Amino acid sequence: MNPLAAVGRAALGGLAAIGRVALFAGETASHLVRPPFYWREFGQALQSVGYFSLPVIGLTALFTGGALALQIFAGGGRFGAEAVVPQIVAIGMVRELGPVLVGLMIAARVTSSIAAEIATMKVTEQIDALVTLSTHPMKYLTLPRVLAGLITVPLLVGLGDIIGIMGGYLVGTGPLGFNKAVYLTNTIDFLEFGDIASSLIKGAVFGVIATLMGCYFGMGSARGAQGVGHATKASVEAAAVLILAANFALTSVFF
Amino acid sequence: MIVLTDVHKRFGANPVLRGVNLTVPKGESMVIIGGSGTGKSICLKCILGLVTPDHGTITVDGKQTQNTNRAQFLARFGMLFQGGALFDSLPVWQNVAFRLLRGPLKRPKAEARAIAIEKLRRVGLSGDVADHLPSELSGGMQKRVGLARAIAANPDIIFFDEPTTGLDPIMAGVINDLIREIVVDLGVTAITITHDMTSVRAIADRVAMLHDGVIQWTGPVGDMENSGDPYLTQFIHGRADGPISAIR
Repeated sequence: MNPLAAVGRAALGGLAAIGRVALFAGETASHLVRPPFYWREFGQALQSVGYFSLPVIGLTALFTGGALALQIFAGGGRFGAEAVVPQIVAIGMVRELGPVLVGLMIAARVTSSIAAEIATMKVTEQIDALVTLSTHPMKYLTLPRVLAGLITVPLLVGLGDIIGIMGGYLVGTGPLGFNKAVYLTNTIDFLEFGDIASSLIKGAVFGVIATLMGCYFGMGSARGAQGVGHATKASVEAAAVLILAANFALTSVFF
Repeated sequence: MIVLTDVHKRFGANPVLRGVNLTVPKGESMVIIGGSGTGKSICLKCILGLVTPDHGTITVDGKQTQNTNRAQFLARFGMLFQGGALFDSLPVWQNVAFRLLRGPLKRPKAEARAIAIEKLRRVGLSGDVADHLPSELSGGMQKRVGLARAIAANPDIIFFDEPTTGLDPIMAGVINDLIREIVVDLGVTAITITHDMTSVRAIADRVAMLHDGVIQWTGPVGDMENSGDPYLTQFIHGRADGPISAIR
């Protein structure tokens, strides 16, 4: 076997996959300007992507903020910088950990659920049934979910940032003995508008990636239980990797 | 009238349809029979545009299906899927009234619900099931709901894909009678796909046998027994010996 040919095949396969995802995203976006818009499905997607993700996002952010405060206190203590805990927790949560952890939790919770649901609809011919009922599956299934991701994930990220900082505050002002007023003042004074904006922009991008991957792999699912399982697994893998790659790209831009 | 002319469809190296020619006159009930994997469902999907043929033409009332407005074209069709294909997340009445709640045929919600309940009654289900989820119904009831959905918007053409698969003989008979009643009462053009010879005799005006990617035989249901076609004879009598290989 020619190793160069194998590399070429892999590269072409990768490019073809990128092209297919780009076409899928483009088609999804095109339905935004072509009526009808399914408000009811959009409302349900807002609820399932946003509202029902609140508990898991809140708990993840709370524990991460608390752990981050402990780590910074321990690490900072090695060079006499324990006092920077409020500032580093704030910047760490808002610029990096908040968006990435929320993105990954959404990939785990929402992407998998969307992919499994749509893949099951495909194997049980519900997608074909939608078409025969004069309803475009992209318009009915994909667009509402992707829009819900675009709108709710930045809000979840904002909330995750606040809860993460709260986690740091609870640990910092509890076991670590920081003054409550000083902790809050240091946190608020240190954060800049750009930090918050970058966090929310990352959230919007991650929301689109997570929901789009769920829809893409669900719609492309093969037949049978194995097809549904594969679509679900592949959607979460793709969403997680793309979220981390997009995080690096966006951080480079906002750096 | 639905006319398929020299329709070919291949999936990878597997040629499923190799030149299907079939005419379904307006208002007639055509049943397509044939072994598993011979492309019967693909024929229906080609007509509906769910699958694009590689070659050949399909016309409905003289208009090529590929050149028509999709929404208007599909609004003329109703389809009963093999597994029902009911939407799990919607209650029964919203499944039935799906078309009436959105798109060009949209009606006020109360009117759509009333029509859904009337259609459910038409297929022998009481209005009590209207607010149930499809998963709460038996297989036979799900088929009836699928049937109610297929006729909800008063289509001119209805397709039935394996309408009695998975049902006990009594329920299969009930579904066959319902289909025949609906086809006669509504005067629709119908194409049914089935392996079930009882269904064929109950539903069909005409029968077409698909084998090896082509229509092997077609004619009135009454001529089926004495067709003289060895493929059809083997199939309708369920014989292992004959020109159709048992191992495909």
